[in-house]
Amino acid sequence: MSEPVLSVRDLVVEIPTRHGVLRPVDGVSYDIAAGEILGVVGESGAGKSMTGNAVIGLLDRPARIASGEVLLQGQPIHQLQGAALRKLRGRHMGMIFQDPLTSLNPLLTVGDQLTETIQEHLDLSASQAHERAIAALDEVGIPAARQRIDSYPHEFSGGMRQRVVIALALCAEPELIIADEPTTALDVSVQAQIIALLRRLCRERGVAVMLVTHDMGVIAEAADRVAVMYAGRLAELGPVREVVTQARHPYTAGLMASTPVASQGQKRLRQIPGAMPRLDAVPAGCAFHPRCERAQARCRQAPGPTLQACDGRAACWFPITYEQEATL
Amino acid sequence: MLAYIIRRVAQSILVLLVTGFVAFSMFSFVGDPVENMLGQERTQADVDRLRGQLGLDQPFVVQYAKFLQQAAQGNFGLSYRQGREVSAILAERLPATLELAFVSGLLALGGGIGFGILTAIRRRGISSNVIMTLSLVGVSLPTFLIGILLIYVFSVELGWLPSFGRGEVVDLGWWTTGFLTLSGLKALVLPAITLGLYQMTLIMRLVRTEMMEVLRMDYIRFARARGLRERSINFRHALRNTLVPVITITGLQLGSIIAFAIITETVFQWPGVGLLFINAVQFVDIPVMAAYLMMISVMFVGINLIVDLLYFAIDPRLRVDGKAGGH
Amino acid sequence: MSDHQIEIETRRTPGRLARAWNGDLAYSFRHSPVAMISAFMVALLVLSAVFAPWIAPHNPFDPGSLNLMNGFTPPGEPNAFTGEVFLLGTDDQGRDVFSTILYGMRISLLVGFSAVMLAMVIGVVLGLLAGYLGGWIESVIMRIADIQLTFPAILVAMLIFGVAKGITPPEYRDQMAIYVLILAIGLSDWVQFARVVRGATLVEKNREYVEAARLVGRRPFSIMIRHILPNALNAVLVIATISLALAIIAEATLSFLGVGAPPTKPSLGTLIRIGQGYMFSGEWWILLFPALTLLALALSINLLGDWLRDALNPRLR
Repeated sequence: MSEPVLSVRDLVVEIPTRHGVLRPVDGVSYDIAAGEILGVVGESGAGKSMTGNAVIGLLDRPARIASGEVLLQGQPIHQLQGAALRKLRGRHMGMIFQDPLTSLNPLLTVGDQLTETIQEHLDLSASQAHERAIAALDEVGIPAARQRIDSYPHEFSGGMRQRVVIALALCAEPELIIADEPTTALDVSVQAQIIALLRRLCRERGVAVMLVTHDMGVIAEAADRVAVMYAGRLAELGPVREVVTQARHPYTAGLMASTPVASQGQKRLRQIPGAMPRLDAVPAGCAFHPRCERAQARCRQAPGPTLQACDGRAACWFPITYEQEATL
Repeated sequence: MLAYIIRRVAQSILVLLVTGFVAFSMFSFVGDPVENMLGQERTQADVDRLRGQLGLDQPFVVQYAKFLQQAAQGNFGLSYRQGREVSAILAERLPATLELAFVSGLLALGGGIGFGILTAIRRRGISSNVIMTLSLVGVSLPTFLIGILLIYVFSVELGWLPSFGRGEVVDLGWWTTGFLTLSGLKALVLPAITLGLYQMTLIMRLVRTEMMEVLRMDYIRFARARGLRERSINFRHALRNTLVPVITITGLQLGSIIAFAIITETVFQWPGVGLLFINAVQFVDIPVMAAYLMMISVMFVGINLIVDLLYFAIDPRLRVDGKAGGH
Repeated sequence: MSDHQIEIETRRTPGRLARAWNGDLAYSFRHSPVAMISAFMVALLVLSAVFAPWIAPHNPFDPGSLNLMNGFTPPGEPNAFTGEVFLLGTDDQGRDVFSTILYGMRISLLVGFSAVMLAMVIGVVLGLLAGYLGGWIESVIMRIADIQLTFPAILVAMLIFGVAKGITPPEYRDQMAIYVLILAIGLSDWVQFARVVRGATLVEKNREYVEAARLVGRRPFSIMIRHILPNALNAVLVIATISLALAIIAEATLSFLGVGAPPTKPSLGTLIRIGQGYMFSGEWWILLFPALTLLALALSINLLGDWLRDALNPRLR
């Protein structure tokens, strides 16, 4: 198997505050291969966006990477600063944010924003960059790209804008894309289109994608594998189909059960009692144990379960088992 | 967009009418010119006759209209204090104020924008902290105090610069300028600094705040995520978006330089319209006060209008739907 | 089925004072040397002004106590004619500069407070009316506010002073100067109060408790005062503090320009005006001490206000 595009190993992100040190990311590890889409799912505050920010080096002060490694195509990047890190961004790794309206500079045309990115990373003349930009818009499905390249962001609809954002992220041909809630701000009808677009482009180009979202539906649609995060740690990591239908971690199972499914005609939504702990009050041992129906004495003891210490799929001492073996 | 322009112009005219009304009322309220003119030995017949001659027996509205008409032609009558035509006095003194305002404005803009950008980009450096502290001083101290202190240091103690007046001026017919003589330029330094300092600190703080706000925006993050250079981000992206709201407020501020000139001109005995106005207030010279008020309101209204239209030209979002832009 | 228990820790809840001391605002204060020094300075100056009649060695406003022969005495040295010693020297009228500074600050504070009170009352009343009654009343009030806002407040104050002075008979002008000054500064400042209160009124007007009060039959006036006003008070107080600082500086400026406190009852600004005339002739103390006092006062009020605004700004936390 060839080297994964992205390798995150035991990544820890810390935020020193007046009340103590918080750990929004606490020992997260996963790989993403070329052309693969890894969904990172979890509630707000679970640390999924933080991981993405840490990878691309855009952590807001005072948050910082405290320990662990981030390898991009085998090269460690977690300790790079300044110009070295900047050269990687855009050219080897790109990021897409949630709100396409605020992601684009309202005072510059779409064409200007594209060509400046292209010219920054690729050695092209202005007219060549211009043609590239038009091609990029075309690829993401903007009709009449040659005319619309001189339009301003506010002249596009929400879905179109997100396409422009995708074009911008991909125009310098990076190997990794981190998509942070790319569909959350869009209409439901448009979400599916954007997800399909992202999938197609990344498969075609062999781009690795970290798709961060709180929406299990998007994950089920788009991702190959999924990582479930809870309180800064990984709860479960595995192929999408398996995790969704046969979740082993009680938290994941709870998430699946509480996702409404139209066809099942449920009367009431099942909820997981309680709430995810605040970062300054993470329970000892397994972070989930206070809300877990299956918790036992061992779950309360430190150190808590990790993927490596358990079966590599779910960070749980007593994972849920299923009668039949899942056949792939 | 046309509707917007028409609405703004209508608003401006309303402001002018109201200030005209206030200016006119000053005449009505304060003292009775007829009494002043006729002296002790007068009969009621004399009073009535003079009233008729001056048109003072007409209804209020008619007098008001006449006042506006004359004002539009620049005729404000004679100064109570000097006995000369108010419009002539104003025209004489205007160049002094305008030259001072111009130099102060340049200083305020250049220094303000420059320091603003510097302190926004290098937020934690020593130079930033020093500049911010000095700016706090600039904003807290009343203008006249700054002027006095400058005079104390540079005129009394060091003797480098003059402490009053305009120095030698060159008469160009309808304009007198201090730009062409060394003493004229020297005389400009302290007053320009005094007048411009407050504006400069305001602009600086505004630019700084706006720029820091802009640098937090998502599109800046996205630009960073695309690997654009810091310099490009600061100047091409952030600055452009910063200047858009800054321009409106700055434009309005620069207009008020003319009014704040009153204080500076008093400190330095600068022979401009500001000093003229304050003397008029002290002597209750109503025609001059009224004329100054009208002149200022025309200037302000004009500047406000120009700034609004400028905003349109710069922010592409306004051209489409006419809503006010932000970030 | 869970068999775990959640333990609740009971801690002694700290008393109110302890909470205030440990609260965010107080924390910010204790850790900001700038805030503490300026607060100290402001307190010092204000208190010395308030207790001026007891602290000052002379009463400079009592014409009977003045001796022209005392004029132009340098600080600390005995006067050539009378042999009296004055801490900070005397001015051209023979007034003790130290006492005049103290009494002058009194005038500044008096004018400042009264002007802000006046502006607040006018602004709050008009704001309530505009917000609650709406319609043409609101339009007229807000239009006037907008028009007045086109001009710098100090200019408006000067105009009002000039007109009021013109109306007053010449014999009373000096006496009435202080009141006219309060009127001028107050009238130039009401707009921001009105705007804030109108805004708050518009918000509160549509809340259910106002609807309820109306249904019960309460009259508009009482609704405005007892229900809406308390909610707007917060914002009003913040503006009032800033206005106070500006009013004090406005008073100093107007007095300096000669359209404020009269030479018979000088405030800091007037003293500086007088002192400027003697800058070059050697009597430096008439200018320097009042100038330094005003400097300290203006700077510390502004620093304190700045710190307060930053500390209370939720966005910067």
